[in-house]
Amino acid sequence: MRDLITVVGMNHKTAPVEVREKLSFQETQLPASFKQLSRIKGVKESAILSTCNRVEIYTVFKPGTSNTQDIFNFLSEFHQIPPETFRDCIYELSDLHAIRHIFRVASSLDSMVLGEPQILGQFKNAYGLATENKATGMILNRLFHKAFSVAKRVRTETRIANSAVSISFAAVELAKKIFDHLSDCQVLLIGAGEMCELAAKHFINAGIYEIYITNRTFNRAMALAEDFGGEAVPFKDYIFLLEKVDIILTSTGATEPIITADIVSRAMKKRKNRPMFFIDIAVPRDVEEKVHNLSNVFLYDIDDLKEVVTANQQEREKEAKKAEKIISEEALQFTHWMDNLEVVPTITNLRKHADAIRKEELKKTISKLKNLSEKDKEAIDRLTQAIVNKLLHGPSVMLKQTEKNGAGRSAVEIVQKMFKLDNPDKANILSGKERKS
Amino acid sequence: MYFYLIIFSIGFYFLSMVSSFIYLSKPKPAYVKWISGLLTAGFVTHTITMILRFYQSGHFPITNLHESLSFFAWGLALFLLIIHYRYGISVLFSFATPIVVLFISLSLSVPTGLFPLAPILKSIWLPIHVTLAFLGDAIFALTFCISIMYLIQEHHIKGKKIGKTTKLLPSLTLLDQLNYRLLTIGFPLLTLGIITGSIWAEYAWGSYWSWDPKETWSLITWLVYAALLHQRLTVGWRGKKAAWVAIIGFGMILFTFLGVNLLLSGLHSYGRWS
Repeated sequence: MRDLITVVGMNHKTAPVEVREKLSFQETQLPASFKQLSRIKGVKESAILSTCNRVEIYTVFKPGTSNTQDIFNFLSEFHQIPPETFRDCIYELSDLHAIRHIFRVASSLDSMVLGEPQILGQFKNAYGLATENKATGMILNRLFHKAFSVAKRVRTETRIANSAVSISFAAVELAKKIFDHLSDCQVLLIGAGEMCELAAKHFINAGIYEIYITNRTFNRAMALAEDFGGEAVPFKDYIFLLEKVDIILTSTGATEPIITADIVSRAMKKRKNRPMFFIDIAVPRDVEEKVHNLSNVFLYDIDDLKEVVTANQQEREKEAKKAEKIISEEALQFTHWMDNLEVVPTITNLRKHADAIRKEELKKTISKLKNLSEKDKEAIDRLTQAIVNKLLHGPSVMLKQTEKNGAGRSAVEIVQKMFKLDNPDKANILSGKERKS
Repeated sequence: MYFYLIIFSIGFYFLSMVSSFIYLSKPKPAYVKWISGLLTAGFVTHTITMILRFYQSGHFPITNLHESLSFFAWGLALFLLIIHYRYGISVLFSFATPIVVLFISLSLSVPTGLFPLAPILKSIWLPIHVTLAFLGDAIFALTFCISIMYLIQEHHIKGKKIGKTTKLLPSLTLLDQLNYRLLTIGFPLLTLGIITGSIWAEYAWGSYWSWDPKETWSLITWLVYAALLHQRLTVGWRGKKAAWVAIIGFGMILFTFLGVNLLLSGLHSYGRWS
């Protein structure tokens, strides 16, 4: 029987935000939470991941003691919320399923926006807090580090995070395919609106050179200009800016297009055909459709951008399938590592290891002593076997006894370190040699 | 020896081309090292073959069709590597290495032997003229590739088809600026190539300009690029239009280079096979 990794938690898919916020953990609550968790029967290690989209408790139970109901009760008692109010929101996973789940969370396959990068940071932070509170041990330490490397593998081996999946980010990505350096670009923001301002913020973060803001209500433009560190321009003057600015974000309440192909074509002459990129977020649209037909001018409206985003999402979903494969593979490997931590396999490994050394040394010596008869060789062989058996008797008995006392894991750890059994590759090499000889 | 070295260099170029195609379907940064490494290997081998040829023949190895095709491929590989280290546009390899492979392979499809040099070709102006002209041609081959990349990228952005291709290709502005920069290098080379050619013609034929087909077509090519440069500088031609003219210009170069040799006859025609 081996230790059991379990996950008890809820995420944006299983629980509404009203429930998630009630069950979330503040950083200051963590020391007390870990203390309570450690008192639960059988719990050896624990960690808590609490973000706005999920609350999850990872635990390692001693063999045969696992009882996720206790973790569930802990959640209810700690937050003083009646269990029936959130019972249906909770998922409980153990062993291979739990490991896979943890890897999926770290790799952002379980996120609301597939492949979004923040979760790995939050995940690392959760691990840091758990180690600070000394709540993790050998298994969770290894599990978290493995999860980091799995997330990295997913990121490099699949294109899951390679495409923009929000409208404003897609607009920035697109601008980068028209202009070489956004740091040389000037942006004009016409009108206001949540989406438009969000896009403007994305462009500012991307490091544009300057942003101008215009609005029918000049005060509104002034306020936004202050927010963005840009320059406010009176609404009647913005047309003159068109020969200067490269990217235009529009979102006015106008019922007719305010920017016509004529206006743009005149501006293009003055700017010697330097490219322009119009992003029209308004409905009804602010920019005449014909503008897109002018050379070196590109016009994308809200639907065009939505289409880009949908295509990118599909791409991510395709890549997610590849990622699932990587994760299943790694999770399985992790259970193998855990199996190897057990007492019986450790004894077997120890014997194999010793026997491999014995055989190798025996071969060396016998090849040097050329005058030995077959009988002599057999005697030496028996001698070495006897030495190995007697030497290993002590550790083997010790391991078996500690298993009964419940301290098997720490003994296994010591023995593995002592004989360098914790490196499975090396063990394989030795057993390979053994087979050959 | 010479022949084997050329085969080796073709091999390297070819492998570089194949890896640049693999890069198209799986754009991993690790592949770029393979592409540029193999191209460099091909280039170094190629350089050795030219030095060897120089020693064997005693004159600059650009006197017949085989040598000039090979020199053109060499120049293209050289500029491709320079642009790679300056700008790091990895997809450019996928467009330009096929041209390198094509031209060096073509150079083997024509007689490769050493011919005694016609007395008329023995002048210092010849290597200068041919080197300048072919280096200019190699630059224009690159503007041809970059223009095609521009048109593909533009087609996708205008058509609102954003995906793998747009991600792989660099931004429109970068491609356009690079095209312009190469034009400002290639055009002087071409101009000097024509001027030195006419000086040499004065020595060899006693006349600066005699309207033989190669001269005429060179002049037409020169006019195309001159017009492009002029329009870019004055009215701000750029983007799609400029890309199309660069493509047409390279078509002219190909015709001047190969078409005239193979199809038309004239004073330059002793360069036909030999």
